[in-house]
Order: sequence, then C-alpha cells, then structure tokens
Amino acid sequence: MRIDCKHVWEHISAYIDGEVDAKVRAEIDRHLETCEICSAVLDSTRNVVVLVADDRVFELPAGFSDRLHARLDRELELR
Amino acid sequence: MTAHNPEFETECIRRILSGEKQLFHTLIRPCERPVYFLLLSLLHNEAEAEDAAQETAIKVYRNLHLFRGDSQFRTWVLSIARNEGLGRLRKVETRREDSLEGLAEDQSGDFTPAILASWREVPVEALERKELGALLRTAIEDLPVIYRNVVLLRDIEEMDVRETAAALGITEGAVKVRLHRARAMLQRELAPKLKGFAPKRARLFGWGA
Repeated sequence: MRIDCKHVWEHISAYIDGEVDAKVRAEIDRHLETCEICSAVLDSTRNVVVLVADDRVFELPAGFSDRLHARLDRELELR
Repeated sequence: MTAHNPEFETECIRRILSGEKQLFHTLIRPCERPVYFLLLSLLHNEAEAEDAAQETAIKVYRNLHLFRGDSQFRTWVLSIARNEGLGRLRKVETRREDSLEGLAEDQSGDFTPAILASWREVPVEALERKELGALLRTAIEDLPVIYRNVVLLRDIEEMDVRETAAALGITEGAVKVRLHRARAMLQRELAPKLKGFAPKRARLFGWGA
C-alpha cells in the first residue's frame, strides 16, 4: 500500500524522534524518495527542532543564577 | 560526576539533610534552566518567572526530606515549579490569554505544515544573527501554553517523553500529540521566514556570504 503525503505529515514528529515502527518508517522512506514536498516538510521541521534546541535561543536573564543562589544562601542560614 | 547522576543526587540529598547545607547549591544548579523556562512559559513575565523560580528552589530545599527517589530529582523539582506557576496563575483571574482551561484541554487548530517545494538547511551558525533567535523565540512564545510547555521541555531542555509527562502531569501520549502539533505549528510559522537565513550558495565558501 502506498501512503499519501498527509499520512507522512501525521508521523513527522515521531519520525524525527525515531519513534515510528520499522514498517511505517520503511513506508515513509519510500515515499520520501519520490516526494519532494514531503522531503522539504520533513527537512524544514527537523531544522526548526535543531535551531530551537540551541542554547543561544533561550538564555537565562543576566545575573539570574547569582540572585537565585544569594536568596538560597539567606534561606540556608535560617534553617 | 554530574548532578544528573541519580546516585550523586541521592548522596547529595543525604548529606544536605545531615547538615551539609551548602551542597544544595550544587544539587539545584542543573535544574535552574528548565525551572525558569517552564515558569516563563506559564507566567509569560520574566520578573515573575524569576521570583517563582527562587520560590521553587526554596520549596525544594524545605521539602527535600520528602523526595522519595521514585522519579528523577529534576522531574520532582519541575513538578514543584509547575505547581508554583499554576498557583500564581490562579491568583490572576484577569489573564484571559493562556487561561487555566487551556492547560487541561487540547485545542483544535490547523496542524497542516507549510508546503514547500524544497528546503535549504539553516545552520545553527546562523544564530549569530540576533534576529534569528528573536524570530524563534517569538514563534514559541506565540504557541498556546499547552504546546509551548511541551516544546520547552522536550525540544529546548531536551528531556525525554517520560520525564516531560511526569513534570507536566500529563500522559506520555499527550506529550507526543502536543509535541507533534507544536512542531507542525512552528514549521508552518517559521519555514517561510527561515528561508532568508539559509546560505546563499555553495556552502564550501561559508554561509551567508
């Protein structure tokens, strides 16, 4: 059975995380070989996932850690 | 040995409870980032998220004797952070956006990806350009809170499905569904805008030249 694009999109997230079973993965891989649109959708989704994981995207506010540990020190002195 | 090592954590907790209080700094340090960003996701306000993160750390310290070790330490800390965040949200009834109802219920929406004919990869080096980081942050901040929380823990803090589910008090199935939808929404929002950050031509000569 040949799967369609919509079916591939439903599995994209699990596919990226390596969580689809071997049979579905093989079907998707076969589909990707000939479908440029699904390949682009998959590549772009994976690209977004990689970019948001970079530590530069979300950084703790300057001095956050110092203020936290200073407050903890006050608490630790009390108890 | 890192503080993510359960044996180290158990030993650390034992020593803190027997009086080596200063070790608590070491124990809590690896949790700082996920705690802050989970609270920021819930509260949408940097100052309040920071205050709530400090409050969380103090509650963790005061309740340390209650940690039983049946979950990872970080998961336990994140569930305390989540309760702290939800408690604060409940106090602010006027916050219509991201209402508490939204936390319990999956929202319907369009999870169809942006259709593209081709894709040129945007390398992480492109994050040297501040506007790319800003673009990604805005897209994540604009997600409904139930999706934002999952992206934050799974994709940004890189926690596994099980730990994310435990920290958010939802099933592993819900984590997967929400992550899938969130990624689809992010791809749809970001793919057209990211194109400008891809290397212009031959990568051999460096990107963005």
